[in-house]
Amino acid sequence: MTVIALRNATKRFPGTGGQPHTAVRDLTFEVAAGEFVAVVGPTGCGKSTTLSLVSGLEPASSGEVEVDGTLVRGIPDGVGYMFQTDAIMPWRSVVDNVAAGPRYRGLSRADARRKAMVWVDRVGLAAFSGYYPYQLSGGMRKRVALAQTLVNEPRILLMDEPFSALDVQTRQLMQDELLRLWQGTGAAVIFVTHDLEEAIALADRVVVMTSSPATIKAIFDVPLARPREVEEIRMTPEFIATYREIWESLRDEVARAREVASRVG
Amino acid sequence: MSAELTAAVALERRGKPLDRRTKLWSVRLIFVVFWLGSWELAATHWIDPFFYSKPSAIWERLVDWFGTGTAFGSVWTQLFITLEEAVLGFVIGAVAGVVLGILLGRARFVAEVAAPFIKAANAVPRIVLASLFIIWFGLGLTSKVATAVVLVFFAVFFNAFQGAREVDRNLVNNARILGASRTQVLTSIVVPSATSWIFASLHAAFGFALIGAVVGEYAGADKGLGLLIANAQGTFDAAGIYAGMIIITVVALLAEWLLTLLENRLLRWRPPVQTSGEQRA
Repeated sequence: MTVIALRNATKRFPGTGGQPHTAVRDLTFEVAAGEFVAVVGPTGCGKSTTLSLVSGLEPASSGEVEVDGTLVRGIPDGVGYMFQTDAIMPWRSVVDNVAAGPRYRGLSRADARRKAMVWVDRVGLAAFSGYYPYQLSGGMRKRVALAQTLVNEPRILLMDEPFSALDVQTRQLMQDELLRLWQGTGAAVIFVTHDLEEAIALADRVVVMTSSPATIKAIFDVPLARPREVEEIRMTPEFIATYREIWESLRDEVARAREVASRVG
Repeated sequence: MSAELTAAVALERRGKPLDRRTKLWSVRLIFVVFWLGSWELAATHWIDPFFYSKPSAIWERLVDWFGTGTAFGSVWTQLFITLEEAVLGFVIGAVAGVVLGILLGRARFVAEVAAPFIKAANAVPRIVLASLFIIWFGLGLTSKVATAVVLVFFAVFFNAFQGAREVDRNLVNNARILGASRTQVLTSIVVPSATSWIFASLHAAFGFALIGAVVGEYAGADKGLGLLIANAQGTFDAAGIYAGMIIITVVALLAEWLLTLLENRLLRWRPPVQTSGEQRA
């Protein structure tokens, strides 16, 4: 069942010199329930814009974005969004941060906290439930953000390079954690990253984007069985073969983006 | 002088591993003793204490005020009146400043319309308004509270406005995704993140409230510390002016201390900042 559908979705922003800047152009792809799709592309190519379109934070300039078969106007029901930078509230303790969603949705403080504690426990922070974000490490803050998103039981999970700021070991740990928590929820995931390894390790399909203005270059299937162990799977021949295949396509775009970046300054 | 010596001796004897806090306060004490001592000495031998007064005379005046009372009755009554005006002015001005600042900070168009008017209102020498308020509201409490309110309002307003504008977009978007309504975004994201900005202004604002109350009394009143100071000026009583100043300073410091307590309570989610050696020790 298709949950997310983009048809020729285009987003233009007012540019600096009066010239509109096209962030993404003619995006067309679908994501089914329970499917994990990774979007890769060169840094700064407009991958995040794709997520803003699906989440309803930004309206599409042209084309269509549908969630559950209806056009996106405002934030659709059942969407979870994990941002690249920390978006948890520094003035709330871990449990109160996780309880934010249920509270906004009308649960009483006690019920929201009870529900939140379950998720705080699931992401392994039970011993830190009363801590404030500044007392936590970067990885722990990501766990809070993950719990905060998942406590709402989203059917659509949008993730914008959520682990890019973490060190390699913590990142792999969080990737495993994400797969473990996501498995069986039936949520459709769009995971934006510039790390191809991460994309293949996590996803069922990988969407490769061109450099700016971004559009879809190719979509690849990832023939790896689940459940996966991200540290282990990287060494398998299937993984390496898939990596080679997708990298072939991505390489030109990365080179092109670098060229543009070096020309600009 | 002897206190200065003993402090110095104590410093010597304890040697290197001296507690930082003790050292800090010793140096401060030495400074105050030196300052007051040289003033007292100068006023006794070289300069005219009629104009410049001297610490012992000011101390006597304070003892006299608190012991037997002032020309206008008990000093506590004057203090209470001034405090009442300042606190009322502070509360009204701060609440109005916070509410309007945050609302305007979130309403871009209204803020742009209001910007020149706010700038103009801020440029008005507000102390002069004290005279106007006396004509409007008379010699009583209201005119002083009004002066304190206008002084406090602008100090708090601009910070609340800025605080509401500088809210992290990510936090707002995150809250919206999590299901927050506009009001919930305001109460759960905008207000808490503006709080540190607001507190920064509240410290200065209580000082402004006191200034407003005292200047208001100075311009015309039948009670209050401002009246005591105005009266001391009228009778060329330099010691009286200093005594009034000292009382107001002590009140301001106490208020500052209370505000800091409240701030630390409300903002305990912030990582501890090492602002000075004293707090570290």
